[in-house]
Amino acid sequence: MNLPTAPDADSMTETSQNDRVVLLENVSVRYRAPEERIRSFKEFAIRFIQRRVRFKEFLALDDINLEIQPGEIFGIIGRNGAGKSTILKVISRVLVPTHGRVWIKGRVSPLLELGAGFHPELTGRENIFLNGALLGHSRQDIQERMDDILEFAELGAFIEAPIRSYSSGMTGRLGFAVASAWEPEILLVDEILSVGDEAFRIKSRKRMEYFRSLNATTVLVTHQMKTVEELCNRVAWIERGKIRIIGQPKEVVKAYLKG
Amino acid sequence: MGTSAKTIIYDSAKRGSPAIEELRDIFQYRDLIYQFVRRDVVTRYKRSILGIAWTLIQPLGMMVIISLVFSQVFNRVEGYPIYLLSGLITWTFFSQTTSATIHQMVWGGVLLKKIYLPSTAFAVSATGTGLVNLTISLAPLLILAAINHIPLNSSLLFLPVSMLLLATFSLGLGLLISTLAVFFPDIAEMYQVALLGWMYLTPIIYPANVVSEGMRAWFTLNPMYYFIQMMRAPIYEGTLPPLSIIQTGAVIAISTLVIGWIIFSNKSDEFAYRA
Repeated sequence: MNLPTAPDADSMTETSQNDRVVLLENVSVRYRAPEERIRSFKEFAIRFIQRRVRFKEFLALDDINLEIQPGEIFGIIGRNGAGKSTILKVISRVLVPTHGRVWIKGRVSPLLELGAGFHPELTGRENIFLNGALLGHSRQDIQERMDDILEFAELGAFIEAPIRSYSSGMTGRLGFAVASAWEPEILLVDEILSVGDEAFRIKSRKRMEYFRSLNATTVLVTHQMKTVEELCNRVAWIERGKIRIIGQPKEVVKAYLKG
Repeated sequence: MGTSAKTIIYDSAKRGSPAIEELRDIFQYRDLIYQFVRRDVVTRYKRSILGIAWTLIQPLGMMVIISLVFSQVFNRVEGYPIYLLSGLITWTFFSQTTSATIHQMVWGGVLLKKIYLPSTAFAVSATGTGLVNLTISLAPLLILAAINHIPLNSSLLFLPVSMLLLATFSLGLGLLISTLAVFFPDIAEMYQVALLGWMYLTPIIYPANVVSEGMRAWFTLNPMYYFIQMMRAPIYEGTLPPLSIIQTGAVIAISTLVIGWIIFSNKSDEFAYRA
């Protein structure tokens, strides 16, 4: 990771410019909903002209500044609705922030919505192609990884059966197998995965460790303080869309538990 | 994409024109479009016994019934069933693809809130699915045409151009209306009503010459009039559509798509914010 290209030469931040993979600068995500439910375009137009549209604003993220270094396991903790998942959405490009700048270097692999877009009537194999394409992979790319995906998902002959005949464990295994078939540079995880049985969990953990050995960066959102202390290099505590503290896991967890 | 060693850098501060970015993204995700179209075509009949055969049987059955019913009304028109059906499959394509696009953007935005993908993927794939269905329904139609002693000739080779222009217009309009509908879901309902009225204002069921000379001038303001003519001329009349029809149709189609694409992509960042 020593490519000092100058995409951020004009950046306002002072830190070394090549040693980071994620940069959030003054990032805010503001949801704006009309205060009263306006049901039709006509009503909206009339009110808009009369300047009677009042918006209720909700800041899901409020001026977040964050940098993540390559190879780090970066934890995000906080109460429900604090904005943890919104940060992951911003990093995975699902949400474009209302304000601020998102800078990301490397392929982002969201292990968030396993099996997104799976269609129950299609076979496991057909769904691999569909799900793989949704994750941005070409048909050829998927073909190349097919053997690996099949082996990892352990579905045997079921791979030719429609997914509606699968147990939830089988669907989860297939989703994980596809999502993790490509070596990511940045891994987004919302809670440690608990897909499949114990054997499969060990196997998926091994795969994540393998990614780490390739210097992949992990952003981990979790409620389990034990996981945070054991795994993370640094942790951010988010409250009401703002960062309360960033620092060493022990200190941050301690402060968080105190409230 | 793929195993390229090039480091991908995404910088929200350095994004270019949304319309161009969207174009580049959709090109990168072209395999996803293929997968969406395949899913929609394959799963439609997957649980039925006759399976994919329904894609032929269903339009054929519908064609026979509709032409039997309306032939009684318009029995003076020569080869009426083919006149009607060539217009009807065009209209069906248009109404289905635009409605599917709007429906997916308003109600199917769930995926857009889960993982990143270009938002135009839904509209483009709905249009692709429509093209597949339209092509399939051409087969029974041409068989019926032969039975009805309609001469089929080389002008049929023009059909792909007609279909492409029709698809261009439908995609553009679908993008325009779904942008509005994401913010005002009522638009989706209004559009269904508008479609019904629009259909009766277009010479599909009735021949254009049943309305008075003065009324006929109004047809030229109706975009669908051009596309219906472009589809109908090769199938029903065995001729190429008049050049003026092709030119006007092409201008309407391309400008609708350009405008629709620009407006849609400029608003697409906000789609993931909508509940």
